[in-house]
Amino acid sequence: MRATTADREQSATYTYLICLAAWAIPGAGHLLLGRLQKGLTFLVALVLMFLMGLWLEGRLFPIEVRQPLVALAALAEMGGGVAFFVARQAGAGAGRVVALTYEYGNAFLIVAGLMNMLVVLDAFDIAQGRK
Amino acid sequence: MRASHLGLMIVFALFVSVVFGTLMRDEPKEQLRFGGQLFTAFVVGGIALGWILYFFPL
Repeated sequence: MRATTADREQSATYTYLICLAAWAIPGAGHLLLGRLQKGLTFLVALVLMFLMGLWLEGRLFPIEVRQPLVALAALAEMGGGVAFFVARQAGAGAGRVVALTYEYGNAFLIVAGLMNMLVVLDAFDIAQGRK
Repeated sequence: MRASHLGLMIVFALFVSVVFGTLMRDEPKEQLRFGGQLFTAFVVGGIALGWILYFFPL
């Protein structure tokens, strides 16, 4: 039986909702798709990594057009989802440049965001039936 | 708590290995195997690179 246009639109909406959830809360996309083990692993590992980045006095970068590298770092950190915006609103992630662990903190925050982007792509593939 | 460079590098490698191991493999056994290989490569590679850079001071 051929899929109707309405079916395809519904399927696309569902896929995008899964991706949105996966971005907002690490692992949520996999959890919604029934991949419990993967979802829980991503949730624990990525949230812990993000929190550790804050604890190590890393910075949650703002988007500064004049400084492309800072803007790229901000985009990478935003990949971590809602936690980025909540932490910024709470005043966390000011970053202390003279702290011994400052660069480590940045590495943890940026890589956690980038890895969550990969997790979102994986959730997209699963939702599309490719995996 | 004092954080050491080596300790933080190992924790970083652990997180990245766990996520990539889970992402790239479907079976838990395979995930553990691949994650373990990645973790070992990260830690051994990091230490080796550190020693190589020792001979090229800034």
